[in-house]
Amino acid sequence: MLLTRIALAGEGGQGVQSVAEIIAEAAFNEGKQTIYIPNFGIEQRGGVSIAFIQVSDTRIGAPKFDKADVIVALSDRSIARTAVFSDNNTLFVYDSASQVNQEDFPKEARKIIGIPAIETANDELHPRVFNIIIMGAVLGLSKVVSFTAAKDALVYKLGHKFANDADLKELNFKALEIGRQLGEKALQKEGEVNA
Amino acid sequence: MAIAPATPKSWYLPTKPHKFCPGCGHGIVLKALGENIDELGIQNDIIFGCDIGCSLLAWDFFACDSTQTHHGRVTPVMVGLKRSRPELLTVGYMGDGGGYSIGSQHLLNAAVRNETITLILVNNTNYGMTGGQMSPTTLPGQVTETTPLGRDTAITGYPTKGPEFLSTLTSDGAYIARATVSKYKQLKRFMRNALRNQIEGNGFSFLEVLATCPTNWRTNAQQTWNFLEDEIEKEFRVGEMKTPFGKGDKEVAVD
Amino acid sequence: MEKIVEGSTRAFLTGNETIAWASLVAGAEFMFGYPITPQNEIMHYWTRLAPKYGRGFLQTEDEISAGFTVCGAVQGGKKAFTATAGPGNVLMQEPFGMAEAMRLPMVAIIQQRGGPSSGTVIYSQQEVNLTTFGGNGEGYRIVYSTASHQELYDYTIKAFNTAWTYRFPTFILGDGYQAKMREPLELYDPQEKGITLAESFPLVGLPGVIGENRQPQHLNNIYSLEEELYEKVMTFSAVFEKISPEIVEYEEDSCEGADIILISHGVVSRAARDAMLILRSQGIKAGYFRPVTLRPFPDEALKKVILQSNAKKALIAESSYGQLTRLIKQSIYGETINIDTLYKPGVGIVDYDIINKVKSIL
Repeated sequence: MLLTRIALAGEGGQGVQSVAEIIAEAAFNEGKQTIYIPNFGIEQRGGVSIAFIQVSDTRIGAPKFDKADVIVALSDRSIARTAVFSDNNTLFVYDSASQVNQEDFPKEARKIIGIPAIETANDELHPRVFNIIIMGAVLGLSKVVSFTAAKDALVYKLGHKFANDADLKELNFKALEIGRQLGEKALQKEGEVNA
Repeated sequence: MAIAPATPKSWYLPTKPHKFCPGCGHGIVLKALGENIDELGIQNDIIFGCDIGCSLLAWDFFACDSTQTHHGRVTPVMVGLKRSRPELLTVGYMGDGGGYSIGSQHLLNAAVRNETITLILVNNTNYGMTGGQMSPTTLPGQVTETTPLGRDTAITGYPTKGPEFLSTLTSDGAYIARATVSKYKQLKRFMRNALRNQIEGNGFSFLEVLATCPTNWRTNAQQTWNFLEDEIEKEFRVGEMKTPFGKGDKEVAVD
Repeated sequence: MEKIVEGSTRAFLTGNETIAWASLVAGAEFMFGYPITPQNEIMHYWTRLAPKYGRGFLQTEDEISAGFTVCGAVQGGKKAFTATAGPGNVLMQEPFGMAEAMRLPMVAIIQQRGGPSSGTVIYSQQEVNLTTFGGNGEGYRIVYSTASHQELYDYTIKAFNTAWTYRFPTFILGDGYQAKMREPLELYDPQEKGITLAESFPLVGLPGVIGENRQPQHLNNIYSLEEELYEKVMTFSAVFEKISPEIVEYEEDSCEGADIILISHGVVSRAARDAMLILRSQGIKAGYFRPVTLRPFPDEALKKVILQSNAKKALIAESSYGQLTRLIKQSIYGETINIDTLYKPGVGIVDYDIINKVKSIL
């Protein structure tokens, strides 16, 4: 596998860093080289939170990158904030419920994809698994780690919560699967670079 | 024929006579410490740490393991030593500038943490080593190199009362006292208490000693003692402010 | 000593967590620390791990105190360390100076953040000057600039050994990225790898009876005469210069016959190595040189590399404005090579930045 670079961005509390950590943990468990670097500036207090992940079969260079393969921007503000990391090879994913100005979208992208993660979470599952849908979407879009490894890492991370609540585990797995399907579907849809 | 007073066994003879100025109070404080070291039998257990200021001159005063530090920093060095080697008795030696000014943050935090160390602070109301500038304990109106017209409390406030503020900061187990070189037996007794408190592992021990500095005060022998007994000892109350667990009889100031 | 890591374990940790583990296996007995980002998690992990292995911790009132308490603990013969960054590193220059002057084997971890002043809490390489030559002296310090979590682990273990072997304050110069990011590394027991841990020893509080079977130890740190200090400093210089060849470390790759040598240190060297490989794949003959020790600096090695390469140009890339360049220029004085620079103070550098710069100057 070539190097995959992912940037996840959202508002504090949306669970961006947790998702990034689980993906990186899954990659590590699969024996891959991986770097996860949280955005930890003062900005993390009440600002856009960004996680940078890189996964590769071989040694990884600089911990940060200037252009990502996949960007997932979960809030209105984070779309504008992450547009700079997008170029012609980037899959730029945002939540289709975002209220966003056209000029905030990246000027360059392989594809700009809106997915109904918030809507799906609210209508079909539970608002708390919104970030897990996003995690599934990242897997569907990038194949950065196997679905099994992702599930294992999810259980490892949230196992203490699952222990008392079997339904919660199922809910998370379902969210992961729905997210993956959203991601895969978005990728299959051929079309222009548009929003 | 007069008999020379006995020299404490724990003094390091190759460095005697010592380097302090004639009439300086340090020699008396260090004699009280030496006699206590002898009587308590702790020569091999003591680490004597010197601050910077005139106190640095004591770095090779005792036949005990000793170390020099920086201005204001003897407290954290003693804390580090004691924390890593609790079986040692760490005694920090400093002046009023080092303790109450540049090292005050260390002093008050060590006191709050109830560090099991002994600190001896020699208060001669000025920065002696650097040439007689105002210190936190300079008396109102006292002339120093940086208060040539006398200390103006409207500009620089009032003298720092170390034992008083440390008494309010410390918890049970602390020993806090102020002595003076003009009352040697009491000084020696308070110092013994400050050492014993560490030996018994009760907590923080602090002794301020009011001392003379004729060189920077620019006083003759009579004026020196008058200034100490009539001025300084009026401003700074001598006595034990805090004894471990509130037990024991406190010796309070007697005029 | 109790085994802390059995055999060898692959782990996925933050750099700060890595340092806490490495200090444990290196036999560190005490940490004194004061909170400052981005080093805080070293304390967080240490305070959770240390009690299980009988090691100590004290949160002091400031960085000055953290540094001086370490000075006290090492004088007592215990392996002790601290960690700081940015303005905390400024405050710690005072105790670091005492450690130089009294040859105290203290270890300090520096996780560089942006400056000057409070700057950012994120990342930089702007504490090179301070860590190598800070203080009112000549910079008798040993500074390892790491680039990966494996190196953080390896060199933290090494730092305790270097400090207690040579008795100069020893530094791990990391940065916010290395502190906060997670990446895989191998944890191991140093002794199982054939690494002998240096013995610690007290400078005061020695065994024996004073006056009977030993002399009192009088450690002094201030001198009455110019000549006394001069003699001391000249001795330090002679010792430091003598041991430097045993300590210097560097990496070199593909410099022979190169047209341009890329020089960097720390985490930037990861981007520089990638840039070198990509440039070579595009037919541009680039070489790579990285000092691992910034103090002592690998002067002779760099001079030799320049001489043998025939390169006409060097590009120095750093996340600061010329702090590495100054070290390089003073060490290669007299060599004939053009120096170009890529300065991004307080900002990360990626391979793309270096490649673009190379193409713009070749």
